[in-house]
Amino acid sequence: MPVFSDPANFDAYVSGFMWILKMTGASAALALVLGVLLAGMRVSPVPVLRWFGAAWVNIFRNTPLTLIIFFCYFGLYATLTISLSDDLILNNFWLGVVGLSVYTAAFVCEALRSGINTVPPGQAEAARAIGLTFSQTLRIVVLPQAGRAVIAPLGSVLIALCKNSTIVGTIGLLEASNIMKQLINDNGDQVILIFLVFAGTFAAVLIPVGYFFGWLANRLAVKR
Amino acid sequence: MSGNTVLYDHPGPRAKVRNAILTAVFGALILALLYWIYRKFDEKGQFTKVLWEPFLQGDTWKNFIIPGIEGTLKAAATAMVFALAFGLIFSVGRLSEHRWISIPAGVIVEFFRAVPLLLMIFFISFGVPFLIHQPVPPFWSVVIGLTLYNGSVLAEAFRAGIRAVPSGQSEAAYAIGMRKSAVMQHILVPQAARAMLPVIISQLVVLLKDTALGYIVSYPELLQLGVNVVAANYFNVIQAAIVAAVLYIIVNFALTGLANYLDRRTQRRGIRTQKLDPGAAMGNAPGGGL
Repeated sequence: MPVFSDPANFDAYVSGFMWILKMTGASAALALVLGVLLAGMRVSPVPVLRWFGAAWVNIFRNTPLTLIIFFCYFGLYATLTISLSDDLILNNFWLGVVGLSVYTAAFVCEALRSGINTVPPGQAEAARAIGLTFSQTLRIVVLPQAGRAVIAPLGSVLIALCKNSTIVGTIGLLEASNIMKQLINDNGDQVILIFLVFAGTFAAVLIPVGYFFGWLANRLAVKR
Repeated sequence: MSGNTVLYDHPGPRAKVRNAILTAVFGALILALLYWIYRKFDEKGQFTKVLWEPFLQGDTWKNFIIPGIEGTLKAAATAMVFALAFGLIFSVGRLSEHRWISIPAGVIVEFFRAVPLLLMIFFISFGVPFLIHQPVPPFWSVVIGLTLYNGSVLAEAFRAGIRAVPSGQSEAAYAIGMRKSAVMQHILVPQAARAMLPVIISQLVVLLKDTALGYIVSYPELLQLGVNVVAANYFNVIQAAIVAAVLYIIVNFALTGLANYLDRRTQRRGIRTQKLDPGAAMGNAPGGGL
């Protein structure tokens, strides 16, 4: 592999995927928290919260992620001068994480909500019958069952998040896809090798992760 | 679980008071959030007339936004046709009894599903020109990238749908003497397509949103013309982004509405397809729906 035997290129390759990893980790944590809150809002007895959750989901799910990331950079940072870090690179990173999180949270919320829908009504009715409150019903009876039903969809969301994190490259973060573009431009004679290494890295990680979530979902499935 | 009401009782007097208090508290919080956003915008003078005025002028729409929407829809429509064909061919290929067809089809589908779209588009528009010694038009790099990715996701959706058709259907078809291709064509694919309609449409919404990546390779679509170019002319990036977002949301809602209409229509015609749980049928599909 002539291109990657150059240590500078190899370091660039590693650093590109490190950014992807960091963005995926940070956004996954944020999106999960936000998504759970939103799902709770969408099934709550308080109409204002239901509307807020529905508005969030419908707005962010139907807007291209590219536009959201674009807005985070040119809108939040460049125009409204909201800065998340003094370091320029870290600032881009965190702006990207914000964009990825608000977008992904909408999908996490919908996955959880469809999970709640798989729990038979009898479960919640029984919970109410023994006098549990709304939050107890949700916390003790419904969500533990729903959580196991949504492992596969949440796994898909995580995988998509990892792939989507390349889009943060559009605001200048040197993640994997930007590094690939640079290497292609510098080594026009080895484009297929470069593409196969970058795409292969994604495939080698994400395909097993997909199967792992499928296996986990099967194992933890609520047998009815 | 049908509806949310099963999660809580009909509110009695105390619950009504509590809900009213919660409504007031969270309502106030949301209003405070909106006010904070308003203040932040106001501080930076984002409500000045100059910034919003371009969107009231016909020229902005005629020169930038309408051509942008046209570009988006053109790329999306072309890629949708190709992706559906790709998905159909590869789902049937992957279900083939011949290993020399099913294994390559499976590898291709799994590979393109796992590769980020941006990486594909970069490769097509920057890498492929080195191989064919001529530039790839931005339109085609977007369309080919979208086709390979969404086609692979659709292939998995079709495959899950075909496998979920009750086995009695194909057995009956074989019993009356249909051949393999006829069973696939007349019995399995139509039922699978109907059962998986929600998944298919949500993937087409994804495809439409992903055309926005075209702006990276300077394909003149809504994000490029309606946001980038408009903002370069009028210095109103926030306003342009908001208008573009609203347009995307409208188009996607229209597509989703069409899906719901088709779903109702097929049900009204009395075609009983086994109701699949699209999520469960898709299994461990990486990235379906996003």
